[in-house]
Amino acid sequence: MRLLALALHRLAWFVPTLLGLLVVTFVISRVVPADPVALVAGETATPAQVEALRHQLGYDRSLPVQFVEYVGRLARGDMGTSIFTRRPIAEDLAHRLPATIELTVVAMLVSVLVGIPLGVLSAIWRNSPFDHGLRVVTVSGLAIASFWLGIMLQLLFAMRLGWTPLNGRLQGFPPRSITGFYLADAALTGDWPTFGAALLHLALPAATLAFPALATLVRFTRAGVLDVMQSSFVLYERAMGLPRAVIVWKYMLRSALTSTVTQIGLLFGILLAGAVVTEAVFDWPGIGTYAVNSILRSDYNAVMGFTVWAGTIFIVVNLLVDVAHTLVDPRERTT
Amino acid sequence: MKTVGFVLTRLARDRSALFGLVLIAALLVTALLAPILATHPEDVFELHPAERLRGPSAAHWLGTDRMGADVYSRLLFGARITILIGVIAVGASLMVGVPVGLVAGYYHGWLSDALMRVSDVFLAVPQVVLAIAIAQTLGPSLPNVILALSATYWPWFARVVYAETRALQKEVFVESTAALGASPWRLTVLHVLPNIASPIIVRASIGMGFTILTAAALGFLGLGPPPPTPEWGRTIAESREFLPDAWWYATAPGLAIFLTVMGFNLLGDGLRDVLDPRLRRARIARDD
Repeated sequence: MRLLALALHRLAWFVPTLLGLLVVTFVISRVVPADPVALVAGETATPAQVEALRHQLGYDRSLPVQFVEYVGRLARGDMGTSIFTRRPIAEDLAHRLPATIELTVVAMLVSVLVGIPLGVLSAIWRNSPFDHGLRVVTVSGLAIASFWLGIMLQLLFAMRLGWTPLNGRLQGFPPRSITGFYLADAALTGDWPTFGAALLHLALPAATLAFPALATLVRFTRAGVLDVMQSSFVLYERAMGLPRAVIVWKYMLRSALTSTVTQIGLLFGILLAGAVVTEAVFDWPGIGTYAVNSILRSDYNAVMGFTVWAGTIFIVVNLLVDVAHTLVDPRERTT
Repeated sequence: MKTVGFVLTRLARDRSALFGLVLIAALLVTALLAPILATHPEDVFELHPAERLRGPSAAHWLGTDRMGADVYSRLLFGARITILIGVIAVGASLMVGVPVGLVAGYYHGWLSDALMRVSDVFLAVPQVVLAIAIAQTLGPSLPNVILALSATYWPWFARVVYAETRALQKEVFVESTAALGASPWRLTVLHVLPNIASPIIVRASIGMGFTILTAAALGFLGLGPPPPTPEWGRTIAESREFLPDAWWYATAPGLAIFLTVMGFNLLGDGLRDVLDPRLRRARIARDD
């Protein structure tokens, strides 16, 4: 029951935070520009056209009324129409979301599957050449501009060596759509050549996106394991003569991971933010590329629509992580 | 002064922090002396179409770009923009975030709740996403990039200052100063603020690296200062169509960003170890 109350308490913060996000995007789009309507109408519009559009968009009403209408429209899933694609923005974004999720999930898997073992090893062998070498990698991961890393990987692996495709999600026809994720669809339909091609297309963008997240994970895991090493239960297990591998990979890792789980929310933030530039570099047809193209075309509603989406996804993930954390760590329940 | 000396000696003993310090010093020297160090200082504005896309040579150490300008010289002037963006954006974030954190930390009530909720909202969205939205609305220019970065970075300071102020309120010296009748203003500015300077400085150093990275991303996306500004992110975006042949064109500015951000990150990590005794003890316990 306590757990349920805690989850509800966290959930109660969800609505105000989301409303706050909407206030921010509303202020950015309606209040910050000198005349938002002129911006939408374009430079060639006559004053009369601008006024007509102002009335049509409801921008001649008071700001609080406009805000309520804005939230109301969003609640119905209406984000306006993209000036460029002439389609509803919500539809555009929904259509492109699977590509972004596929890329983000693969990057997350790579960083978790590689980052956590590396973090454990560098904690066990601390101050060894391995640890120092890994430290160079993690420091680099947090200092490198991901768009530049992506371009360098393209330069080496796609242009010089020709091992991977330069960009895009797949050449030719995508597999029959079941989930919208090319890897999953290809595997489900048994279309292995397509699966391989999709994987090759994924390799560079996923590596680019995973690198900073991996660096963060290695650091947290290393610190977590070092912390746990000091604790009395590890001393006890050693005294009991448990094999070292069991202590490290079972008990210590489990304990150190509880703090890493909290970081997955943070990690997701890094990945989501990174996806915008990474997708742009690799022409990955996800919501990041959509946002960047909208910027280049000054497609104003689309940029705001993307901000609301990205913000909402991020808030929801953090909420889930919070709840998951209380489930994983028994200590959290008593506080 | 004594504290500054102490911090510097301890930093000098930490090899990676020292390396960070050297990188930042190099960046500052580069920015200050750009007109002297540059081999072709006039190339920030001048075009030499006959010499475009030449590889590295004795005349052009890092080659030339699509306009025939010297990549090395433009890189040096780019350091000025990078420092300008980082210093003003982090400075502005400090000036907003620190007072907000102090007020929210000192008072208990609806005001401090409201202030922290507002900063939570900003933290609830990845910085680059909000910065894109703001920079896009305002239009691509240097002041707008700085504004977008400041508007999205201040909550980090607010959060740090808030947490530290709350923690300090339990200390005896704060309680006794309050009992002596010190005004809230005097108490926070003269007594609380100096005692929470360390985490603020650490955050500022890491914030510099983070802000510079985000600024480069905005520049890359075309939201930075317009050409012919030698901004590093924009230069990388410009270089893409000339790959793989003009590899130097894309490589050089990326390395510059990398070294700069690494400098601030390493310094931030080092400062954290030196300035925070709690962590220092933990480090010694871990013998690393």
